[in-house]
Amino acid sequence: MRSYFGRKFLIYGLTFFLAVTIDWMIPRFMPGDPITNMLANFSVSSTNSNAYAEMRAYYTQLFGLDLPLWQQYLNFWKSLFHGDLGISTSQFPTSVAAVLLRAVPYDIFLLVPGILLSWYAGNKFGAFAARSRWLDNTISPLGYILTATPYMWLGILLAWFFGIVLGIFPIAGAYSFNIVKPTLSFSFIRNLLWHWFLPFASLFLVGFGGQAIGMRNLIIYEIEADYSRYLEALGAPTRLIRKYAFRNAILPQITGLALSLGVVVAGALVTEVVFSYPGIGYQLLAAIQGQDYFLIQGCFLFIIIGVLLANFIIDITYIMIDPRTRRGMTGETA
Amino acid sequence: MKKQRNKNEFLYFALRNVKLLIGFSVILLFLITGLVGPLLAGNEPFAYVNPLGPQPPSAEYWFGTTFFGQDVFSQFAHGLQATFLVGILGGGIGTIIGILIGFVAGYRGGIVDEILNVFTNIVLVIPTLAVLLIIAAYFEVRSIFSESLFIGITAWPWAARAIRAQTFSLRTRDFVDLARMSGMKPLKIIFQEIAPNMMSYLVMTFILQFGGAILNAATLDFIGLGPTNAISLGLMMQHAVNWGALQLGHWWWFIPPGLAITAIVGALYTMNVGLDEVFNPKLRET
Amino acid sequence: MTLQIENLTVYYRTLRGDVRALEDTTFQVADHEIMGLAGESGCGKTTLGHSLIILKPPMKYIKGHVALDEQELPIHDMKRMNPFRFKEISLIPQYAMNAMNPTRKIGKMTAELLGSRGVNFDAIRTELMRRLDLVNLPDSVLDMYPIELSGGMKQRMVMVLSTLLNPSLLIADEITSALDVSTQKAVAEMLVEFRNREFVNSMIVVTHDMSILYQIADSIMIMYAGQLAEKASTDVIIHSPRHPYTKLLISSLPEVGVRYTETKLQGIPGKTPLLLDPPVGCRFRDRCPISFEKCMEVPPFMEVEQDHYVACWREF
Repeated sequence: MRSYFGRKFLIYGLTFFLAVTIDWMIPRFMPGDPITNMLANFSVSSTNSNAYAEMRAYYTQLFGLDLPLWQQYLNFWKSLFHGDLGISTSQFPTSVAAVLLRAVPYDIFLLVPGILLSWYAGNKFGAFAARSRWLDNTISPLGYILTATPYMWLGILLAWFFGIVLGIFPIAGAYSFNIVKPTLSFSFIRNLLWHWFLPFASLFLVGFGGQAIGMRNLIIYEIEADYSRYLEALGAPTRLIRKYAFRNAILPQITGLALSLGVVVAGALVTEVVFSYPGIGYQLLAAIQGQDYFLIQGCFLFIIIGVLLANFIIDITYIMIDPRTRRGMTGETA
Repeated sequence: MKKQRNKNEFLYFALRNVKLLIGFSVILLFLITGLVGPLLAGNEPFAYVNPLGPQPPSAEYWFGTTFFGQDVFSQFAHGLQATFLVGILGGGIGTIIGILIGFVAGYRGGIVDEILNVFTNIVLVIPTLAVLLIIAAYFEVRSIFSESLFIGITAWPWAARAIRAQTFSLRTRDFVDLARMSGMKPLKIIFQEIAPNMMSYLVMTFILQFGGAILNAATLDFIGLGPTNAISLGLMMQHAVNWGALQLGHWWWFIPPGLAITAIVGALYTMNVGLDEVFNPKLRET
Repeated sequence: MTLQIENLTVYYRTLRGDVRALEDTTFQVADHEIMGLAGESGCGKTTLGHSLIILKPPMKYIKGHVALDEQELPIHDMKRMNPFRFKEISLIPQYAMNAMNPTRKIGKMTAELLGSRGVNFDAIRTELMRRLDLVNLPDSVLDMYPIELSGGMKQRMVMVLSTLLNPSLLIADEITSALDVSTQKAVAEMLVEFRNREFVNSMIVVTHDMSILYQIADSIMIMYAGQLAEKASTDVIIHSPRHPYTKLLISSLPEVGVRYTETKLQGIPGKTPLLLDPPVGCRFRDRCPISFEKCMEVPPFMEVEQDHYVACWREF
């Protein structure tokens, strides 16, 4: 178990290191001078020459472009550990950390239920599909269609149908635009959930399809496995055989969940764009369009950290559930 | 003689596998539309042909016209071409890198495998799209080829993992041992002894990569980081959303591109299941 | 008479037609008899073993009757066969190493399996412990996962499990082939011990390993290409076989007690016929040194001496 964890930590550590390095490279290797680029898009531009000069001085100092590269790199790590991610140019004078901290709750609110519920429901349904030819022939095609649907298209369809045609759900924002200040009132939470439902539904449905298919295929294999054949030869009822198959198929499904996180995050990104939902994905797109390098850096970092954390939680869960890793066996070699 | 029989058996099952046939037909249908459609449409995808602006489908404009009076069918048909191109190129690059890394890691084993495995897992953990966004934002002028390249070089870890595992199990088989003992070079063993024995697996990997590349490209295009100056299905959806097609009820603008992507990727997945059943007798319906 | 089989015929359904793996077999297994079932791979011995307990596609029941303790077994009906499985007729599979669910503790799995068959685990627990003791497994295995056991331990565990309900007939399918020689011997002796203690009434030990049969079997039945060739007591088969195939088979063994490997029987010229379209009559006739016109007809499996059955026209 120790070596299993050691391996995982090595991978996570290296991933984080690599990600931060890529992150550091983003503004430095973009074409042109990042500061000029940035300030060109900046509203103060030349109309207020004082502010412009000030900004320019601030960023030059912050980037430390006159320093040797390795020094710049070390400084980047140093400020990272102080939680200093710079100041957003597109939302001046808010710090990048503040912009991200404001956005993150929306992502958690969208992704955590989206991932967990689609995983749970998908596995239940997938196992159900493997029960008979008839069920398989109805549930499986649905699963394949859902998992083949681009997130944004499903989002567009849901927004159009439920938002415009039926007019029962709002199609933009995290809460109504006329609410100036969020409060912890019942009506606000209702409003929040109302806006949350469609983006959540598009994430849920696509994920659901993929999980159901995965489970269905695993169960089919497990039912052909030796231990299933033995149970059958000893006259065990189908119910018991299926129960065992499900238990064994759920383990790779947990690993599969970790591997699909990247896809879900990408899905959340575009879903937020479709619904103007103010999470990290929405901020990232805005940052790219506004060439707000600090914000791009920050978004990238937050996404990586989020995915690494989720992976870590899934690993722990896996170890707790799989007797082989729990008992100190080698188990999964991911 | 055995080989001949296997081939016939494959064809026998392939032609009787409903999933494979349905998947293949759908792909073929869209491929033909993509190839012939631009000729039938007659209009350039970006040309402002309809002075009336947005119009629902009609005899003249099969899929209607956009907010600006552009021919949706022409955009759709050209977009299909781009979609297939990205799928083949991006999926192909991803598969090739995956094959190379998977074969080497699985065949060499030991420290080479360890290093490649750690590397694969790192790339696997980093969310592909975040990296793609940044790479795409880096380039001011982008083509379908560069887009495919980026997609390919971020999508290979899936393929590499699967192929590594397969190679690993084949490596210890008798015929590989025999080849090794007879002094065959590793590369030759990989391509002459191992690869042919997992051809089915490679084909299926490519199909999955193909579908994945199409979805990734759609996402990039939708965000506006797709090829500059070229139409694509994802870009159509972006334009539709940006120009209020939802609010104005111009459904003909955003339904065809998404439907085509869903159908193509769904058909690819279905084909894959069909192929799996053909190659793997255990899964055949009796 | 524990097991009586009459005209049992089972084919395999394949693309290119039916593979006639088991043709018109009639034989008996007596009470307390350990019958070895031997032959080259593909001779139908596994088909015979499996069709007695779990006959499902691609296997196809053609005809025949099977009676166990004077009771007809509905082997062609997967559902109606279920009450007999485990309780009356049981199996130690070839894949014993992987026969137990990897994610359940062995004790829990056993309890669930027994529960599903309407047997109370607690009532049988002391007997289970006693039998584990007998095969030198500590009681703690019940609290372990299969992966924590060695190959030999898993094999013994499955032996105990399969025979826990004292079945009348046990089919042991190639159970020694995955084990090393010393373990093989121990496992084989345990089978005899199980019979002596009446955990099982009679046994069919399917194997291609004659040396094991020589050690443990009371009788040996030889199959060739889906047909029965000869059945007699072990001594008779080894020392005075009468079917030409048995003779060649025995003489091709360097000496009794040495294993022969699967598929290669270099002592006998010619090839086993393809069972997709088997030759008419005696299927051995093409390779048989003493065949004659009569061999174009299928020879009956006749008792030529007390408990010695042969299917060869030359012997009648």
